[in-house]
Parts: sequence; C-alpha cells; structure tokens
Amino acid sequence: MRKSWWKILAALLLIYTFAAGFLIKVPIIGNLKETIRNLFFHVPMWFGQIILLTTSLVYSILYLRKPDLRHDIYASSFAKTGILMGVLGLITGAIWATYTWGEPWSNDPKQIGVAIALLIYFAYLVLRNAITDIDKRAKISAVYNIFAYFIYLPLIMILPRLVESLHPGGKGVEGNPGLNGADLDATMRLVFWPAVIGWTLLGTWITTLNIRIYLIRDKNLLNAK
Amino acid sequence: MTKSILALLKKDLLLELRQQHSLYGILLYVASTIFVLYLSINNPEGEVWNGLFWIIQLFVCVNAVAKSFLQESKGRMLYFYTISGAKEFIIAKLIYNIILMLIMSLLSLGLFFILLKNPLGNTLQFIGIVCLGGISISLVFTLLAAIAAKAQQNAALMAIMGFPLIIPQLLLLIRLSKVAFGEIFREGALLQLSLLIVGLDLMVIALSIILFPFLWKD
Repeated sequence: MRKSWWKILAALLLIYTFAAGFLIKVPIIGNLKETIRNLFFHVPMWFGQIILLTTSLVYSILYLRKPDLRHDIYASSFAKTGILMGVLGLITGAIWATYTWGEPWSNDPKQIGVAIALLIYFAYLVLRNAITDIDKRAKISAVYNIFAYFIYLPLIMILPRLVESLHPGGKGVEGNPGLNGADLDATMRLVFWPAVIGWTLLGTWITTLNIRIYLIRDKNLLNAK
Repeated sequence: MTKSILALLKKDLLLELRQQHSLYGILLYVASTIFVLYLSINNPEGEVWNGLFWIIQLFVCVNAVAKSFLQESKGRMLYFYTISGAKEFIIAKLIYNIILMLIMSLLSLGLFFILLKNPLGNTLQFIGIVCLGGISISLVFTLLAAIAAKAQQNAALMAIMGFPLIIPQLLLLIRLSKVAFGEIFREGALLQLSLLIVGLDLMVIALSIILFPFLWKD
C-alpha cells in the first residue's frame, strides 16, 4: 500500500480527467469549439514524453558513470514508453487536426518536429537491436541516447518557435492554440494539470512493469556480478 | 595536447594523400551523383536546386566521414590509445572531417555551377553558407561514425541514425540558403538562424568530446 500510493493516484487522476474533461464547461475559441477537450489528452502526452525521455537520459548518464546493466534496462524502458507517448500524441493530434485544420497532416512545423523526434528514437531501438554484445549495447546506446536527446530538445523546443517567428501567421497555421497558456481559463487549468500528472504517472507505471519483466529475464546476468 | 592533435591530423591527411583510392572514390561519387542529376533534370528551379544540393551534401558526408573510423583497425586503435588520449583523438578526427567535407562541399558546388547552372542571386553568400553547412554536417556525422564503427556495423546503421538527427540542421541550412536566392528575410532573422546553427555546432562538438572517451575504451 505504501509503495503503490502513486498508482492509485494515477488511476484517480485519470478517472478525474475523463470525467471532468468531458463534463466541464469549456470556453469556445474560434473553430475549436468542443474539440478543445482534446487538450486534456493530447497535450499531456507531450509533457509525458519529455519527462519520460529526460528520465531515460538520466539513466543513460548514470550508466556511463557506473556501468550497471540495471541502468541500461531503466534507460531503454523509459525511452520505449516515451516513444509510445509520442505515437499516442501524434495520433490524438492528427484526430484533433482533422476537425480543426481540415486534415490530419498539414505539414505544420510542430508536426514535422515530433515526427523527426520519433524517427530519432526509433533509430535508438534499431541501434539497440543491431548490437548483440550486452555490455557493448548498453554503452553504445547510452552514448547515442545522450546525443539524440540534445538534438531532440532543440528540435521540439526551439525550431517550431523559430519558424513561427519567421512566418507570423504566414503559413496559415499558428501552431496549437492549446499550447498558448493564456487561452487556458481557470476551470480548464484545474483539469489540465492533474491530467498531465495522471498521464505521466501512468507512463511511469507502464515503464516499471516493463522494467520488472526485463529484470526477471536478465536475473542471471544481473546477479552474476 | 595540441601537439598530439596536430600529429594525428597530419597522419590522417598523409594517409588520405597516399591511399589515393579512397579520396578518388569519394570524388568520383560526387561527380557521378551530380552527373546523374544533370541527366535527369535540366535547369532546375531555385528551390529544387537548393534542396538537391543539400541532399547531395548529406550523402557525400555519409560516404566521406563513415570511413574515418571504419578504416582504423582494432590493433591500430589500441596503438593510438597508448600514445594519445581520447579527447585528442576525437578533436583530430573532427578537424580532419571538417577539412575533408569542406573540400567536397566546395567541389560539388563547383560541379553544380557547371552542370546545373547558377540560379543564385548572391553567390558569395551561398559559398559562406555552404562552408557553415559542411562543417555542421561533418561534425554530427563524426560522432555517429564512431558509434557505428563501435557497433561493428556498416554504413546502413549510420544512415538510420544520422538522417533523423541531421534534419534539424539541414532544415535550418536550407532555410538559411534561401537568402542567397534573393529571398528577403525579416530584420535580424538571418543572424538569428546563423547563430542557431553555430550554437548547434558548438553543442555537437562539446557532446563529441564528452561522449567519445566512453566509446573509446573497451
């Protein structure tokens, strides 16, 4: 019970997100109308992805400092869930875009950015599979993970903003208005932040299950040291 | 430290000049790719020209830089390990790849001018951007080549890892080079873009120097 409080919290927060997210009164902004409720599902995916990938980065750095296979398992599991969150974020975003921008994919700089980010992390998985030696795989993929993270961060944080600043409203797409903090009213904020925490905790939960499977599978390797 | 960097750099350059087959191999690669382009499209428009140029740079870089680590045998790496540090080694490789890529970039630019005409408004400015681009691309691929070489994989793995990672810089470069085609930029945007590319380069250099020592020792 003491250890599983955060799992209960995750479940409660997500129940709250689903209940309140569909029931509260939302402000009507432009052509968003009721689709603004997707904010509680789409945007937390990206928060979750950044948090999970950052955790993965921390474990990769830890591995390089002290080569322990456990760190490698943690790093790869967190990266995998981060990728899952990214895919879900892309799908929820595409559904949202269908109803607001008229088509699922409109080559918006942010869409392109996250698509590249996913490719970068898919390459991480390919690299892991390409190396058979376990220690070597752990070390090389840790190095790649760190390198990839520092390209990924400017890709999703700096570049989309820069393109917008070069084309003020020029491309007909001004990014996601939901990401503009000023458009969130007080009631939406009351649902939004719990939703972010809830989805991130759920992602962590999935990751810990994955980690436990790997730890049991590689039990002999880990205890041999 | 500077001395061993210079020595390693000199060794790479000498090796390149003496084993001419690899240098000529890349040159032939550049020439034949651009010749194929010339045969398939005559007189491309500015935007197409620009896109094609940077994609060719990407492929040339994958081929030119990939072998910089793959050519070092295990025994020779061990020898380098005894005479110099990892940092000196990677810095020498970075400088060597920058030189190699700059030569290749400028050569392919010349071939583009000859075969695909010159749609540029400001040629000098574009040459500057090409130098910046050559440096950026070769920096990213140096560390990736080291990773791919350690994974004992061929160039395919490097392409899988490298292409997504290089896209941010490539997009910035393509955007930046539009200035040489006569596109008017907002005040300060040109400087902002160039500084961003330089900033990314510095970050890649720092990461290479920090991360390579971990790859180096087995």
